[in-house]
Amino acid sequence: MRNRTVLLDHVSIRFGDFTAVDNANLKIDSGEFFSFLGPSGCGKTTLLRCISGFSDPTEGKVLIGGKDMKGVGPNKRPTALIFQHLALFPLMSVAENIAFPLEVRGASKKDRRKRADELLDMIALPGIGDKKVSELSGGQKQRVAIARALAVEPDILLLDEPLSALDLKLRQHMRAELRAIQQRVGVTFIYITHDQGEALTMSDRVAVMNSGVIEQVGAPNVIYNAPRTAFVASFVGENNAISGKVAGQTEGMVTLNTPVGPVSGRAAGGRKYKPGEQCSLFIRPEQLTLTGEAGPNTISATLRSQAFEGASTHLLADCAGTRLRLSQINTGAAAAPLAPGAALTLAFAPEHATVLPAGPMASE
Amino acid sequence: MGNFRTAFNSFAGRHGMGVALFVAIAVAAWVILLIVLPQLSMLDYSFRHNLPASQIGGPDDTYTLENYRYFMFGNDDGLNTLDIGILLRTLIAAVFVTILDVMICYPIAFILAHSASGVSARLMVIGLIIPFWVNEILRAFAFRVLFGATGLINSVGLGMGLWDAPVDFIRADVALYSGLAYAYILLMIFPIYNAVEALDRAQIEAARDMGAPWWRVHWRIVLPIAKPGIASGATMVFMLTSGALAAPQILGGPSSLWFTQVIYQWFNQSSNWQRGSAYAVILLLVCIAFVTLMMRVFKVSVGEIGK
Ligand SMILES: Nc1ncnc2c1ncn2[C@@H]1O[C@H](COP(=O)(O)OP(=O)(O)OP(=O)(O)O)[C@@H](O)[C@H]1O
Ligand SMILES: [Mg+2]
Repeated sequence: MRNRTVLLDHVSIRFGDFTAVDNANLKIDSGEFFSFLGPSGCGKTTLLRCISGFSDPTEGKVLIGGKDMKGVGPNKRPTALIFQHLALFPLMSVAENIAFPLEVRGASKKDRRKRADELLDMIALPGIGDKKVSELSGGQKQRVAIARALAVEPDILLLDEPLSALDLKLRQHMRAELRAIQQRVGVTFIYITHDQGEALTMSDRVAVMNSGVIEQVGAPNVIYNAPRTAFVASFVGENNAISGKVAGQTEGMVTLNTPVGPVSGRAAGGRKYKPGEQCSLFIRPEQLTLTGEAGPNTISATLRSQAFEGASTHLLADCAGTRLRLSQINTGAAAAPLAPGAALTLAFAPEHATVLPAGPMASE
Repeated sequence: MGNFRTAFNSFAGRHGMGVALFVAIAVAAWVILLIVLPQLSMLDYSFRHNLPASQIGGPDDTYTLENYRYFMFGNDDGLNTLDIGILLRTLIAAVFVTILDVMICYPIAFILAHSASGVSARLMVIGLIIPFWVNEILRAFAFRVLFGATGLINSVGLGMGLWDAPVDFIRADVALYSGLAYAYILLMIFPIYNAVEALDRAQIEAARDMGAPWWRVHWRIVLPIAKPGIASGATMVFMLTSGALAAPQILGGPSSLWFTQVIYQWFNQSSNWQRGSAYAVILLLVCIAFVTLMMRVFKVSVGEIGK
């Protein structure tokens, strides 16, 4: 396969005074399924439009296959963009839609039809070429949009939240479908989403964005297990945040003085903390356990509510104004439900908790 | 009829029987009194002899095809080339004006819907509408002044040395076509605007992303969406242009008569309302036939135009 590495080199994009993308540095390899994950308005679409060529960066460079893309129009780049609302042409048939890029390149009617049928087979929708776009279901439209984008074999497919219009069931089905298509055609997928489930299940690597800044880039399990900023820790997956000041550090373990008492956790990335530095300790709900006796790394809290969810039970507790969530696997033994207001002692292993410098967190 | 009944019943259910009856009667009165009856009496007229008042209702007052025969064959039995020629010329000129309007209005409507934003779009609309506060006759005379031998265009052209003798724009019908094209411009812009506005901008960008040049974007994406709008605009402009009277009267060259002027002459100068009616009916039928034919050719249905 040709080298079609996408390189973002100090890319900033501004609208007037407003910085939509701030100094993005990133390398996306050929054939990778790469996702940008971030809340609404964080600059994902802006960055994608810049890669596809609909806008140029205010500062920095976009390189594809080692070539600077400045001034190269969207039609001249080896990319194809799938729009947030797909942008299928409603007055053309499905086959005409899929073959439109070939029509533009002057392919004969017969070749166009042949390629459209090939692509319809590829997306497992044979024989719908003569249907109107309005006759398709949401998931079918989705796949037709992918087929159209793949018609002229781009090296890089850019997808802007393509599943956001679908209902939950279909969305989950389409995740697997998209991943399968990507592996079949071997094209680089650059995928935008604000749904972490999508990003984590489909991607080889994920870039987490917040307010125009790329906070962390890594494989899904790394992003989940070893977040590098408070934002990533709070945005990806459920997490409890306990804020406090650094009391001391021994090797990889940091102890914080917090309103809930002294607690310890891993120092993210082997970072050194100064005593007194403002930090947050993050511990996942499934890593918090209920214990009998008080000891190191335990928290005395009051139960607020609990919800039985079949496989697990979710508890919401409170300690000195800090909200703590627990998720307990149900073992099958019918435990007597706790009453709200009950005193709990929560414990966790320090190596399961992560200490990160204080910073903006994702809003609920 | 069944459709009308269900429509009436659902309307009555929603707004009450009193309101529904009022609306039904008002609409019926409008249609019958103002549209059907006058046209029917015209039709009736067109099949009668032009008799002195004393003989109306007498034994000579019979139905006849004479007025229609006259349009085809004139006084002697040769083809009435004069009137038929004028009708054809009128139709061709109206088609020309309609095409001119489509070409002017499609870009304006597209820009208005997709490129102009906020203030500039509003200014454009105001700029388009305000001139139509000036009445039709005044506007026609203004065009006469503009295109006259000593008018603005000739002065500028002569002053800049583009041509060295005043051009007779009136005789060349340039003034007439400009005046007619301008007169119905809004009736073309707004239906096209309506149709094109529904287009999602992302479709244009998607087509560009796939490498389509601007003309193909318009040909394959925008124009098909604009088609019903163009059809309804073109129908209105064509009908109104072929039926226009004031502009041809004021702006037309001395040698080119509009068919409506012939009708006018039968009614007024010759006091032959019967023949005038026949000519008017002929104009209406020919126009309807032509529009229907064009809709067939361009594969537009009446339902689409109504949207
Ligand atoms: N043309 C523009 N002019 C000014 N500001 C813009 C422009 N386009 C985007 N922005 C701003 O840039 C920020 C990022 O927008 P962007 O569309 O990239 O967000 P996003 O991450 O794709 O969000 P979503 O998930 O809602 O699609 C937003 O605050 C938006 O208001
Ligand atoms: Mg977006």
